[in-house]
Amino acid sequence: MFLWFHKLGSPPHFYRIAGRWIPWLLAIFAVLLLSGLYGGLFVAPPDYQQGESYRIIFIHVPSAWMSLFIYVVMAFCGVVVLVWRMKLAEVVLISSAPIGASFTFLALATGSLWGKPMWGTWWVWDARLTSELILLFLYLGVIGLHNAIDDKRIASRAVAILAIVGVVNIPIIHYSVEWWHSLHQGPTVTKFDKPSIHLSMLIPLLLMALAFKVYYVLTLFQSSRAELLKRERNSKWVEELSRGQ
Amino acid sequence: MNRLSLTQAFIFLLRRDLTLVLRNRGEFANPLLFFILVITLFPLAIGAIPELLARIAPGIIWVAALLAAMLSLDSIFRSDFEDGSLEQLLLSAHPMAVLVLAKVCAHWLVTGLPLLIMAPILAEMLGMAEEAQGILFITILLGTPVLSLIGSIGVALTIGLRKGGIILSLLVLPLYVPVLIFAASAIDGASAGFEVTKQINMLLAFLFLALSLSPWATASALRMSMS
Repeated sequence: MFLWFHKLGSPPHFYRIAGRWIPWLLAIFAVLLLSGLYGGLFVAPPDYQQGESYRIIFIHVPSAWMSLFIYVVMAFCGVVVLVWRMKLAEVVLISSAPIGASFTFLALATGSLWGKPMWGTWWVWDARLTSELILLFLYLGVIGLHNAIDDKRIASRAVAILAIVGVVNIPIIHYSVEWWHSLHQGPTVTKFDKPSIHLSMLIPLLLMALAFKVYYVLTLFQSSRAELLKRERNSKWVEELSRGQ
Repeated sequence: MNRLSLTQAFIFLLRRDLTLVLRNRGEFANPLLFFILVITLFPLAIGAIPELLARIAPGIIWVAALLAAMLSLDSIFRSDFEDGSLEQLLLSAHPMAVLVLAKVCAHWLVTGLPLLIMAPILAEMLGMAEEAQGILFITILLGTPVLSLIGSIGVALTIGLRKGGIILSLLVLPLYVPVLIFAASAIDGASAGFEVTKQINMLLAFLFLALSLSPWATASALRMSMS
């Protein structure tokens, strides 16, 4: 177990394994995405209140889940970076940040697209939208800090500390914003009663969520490989790799 | 050679920082002037309508306090970083988190306390309800230390950077959101005549949480920045 962990942590080994996995992940992602989209767009019936426009949840909800999930992954990597100084965790941490920020942005954009027909405006200071916006700022802070520090080993440790501080604060921010919203509830927000979700909608939703997870791992592997090459450009294995091709 | 106990080291560092500020008063006055100026801009921008100003006074005062606290953050570690005494602190035998706490305390006494004295005067100028002013005082008393504590993490992370200022605001302001929400809503509630114990308790909880956790994060960030 430890040997496996140790081996996975070594950059050349990870580079090889990840490269081997990428085509498989791509295939799984394609299958999940297509079946999820088909189930969501064609099989699932229209909603009795929101009609067809509810279908954006098949993109919106999984990306909102991913935006939180990736931040937690980053904080976990942050702990590994600070405790074991593992190079691979540094790379995973910083490669995750742009992906997480993109998912957060996607959740915001689709939320606002859904809001236009439902609420009549592009943006409502809704509790979840607002805390998602703050999450986007947290991601941008991580990316900005990493770019600002030239020595990437030091930058990784700075980002690790920031990710851990952020993950402690996310629940506090989230519940503060929710509480704030319950006080100042705007008049434009229509409150829908929450029916339990029907199975024909739940299955495509879960498929899409899985597809997004696989997509995350896929892009993470690709950008981690690129980042590894960049960081280890003076090492022997990269030299051998470039000579081999 | 007799060694300093931890309490002595704490008090010694606190007194040293306060003495340094007393010798250089500009640093002390700038955040306060900024705070007053920002608040003065609001009536000029939106018109001197008494009802409107009284309504938005809690928000204005707290946003201005947030910005003033953020601008003053850099001075927690800047001069010590430049003259090398921060390195000496890191080398000392005492736990860095406690020393960090002493520096943050000194910083709060210099930048947070003046806001505490100035805020009621500004609240009066904005026409805030009488009953809300006591609550304003309490929120600033409980809230501004949290701003200094959280901010110290951000400063410690960016201290070595040439253009740390812009990054610092991006790192720190999202983390200030809960304090802003509860402080402003406590004052709002008080001026509408509601019970605000809940908000005050939350601010108190934030203060204890920040007090117990943030010095550790700041200390490890400083160690990282100095490596």
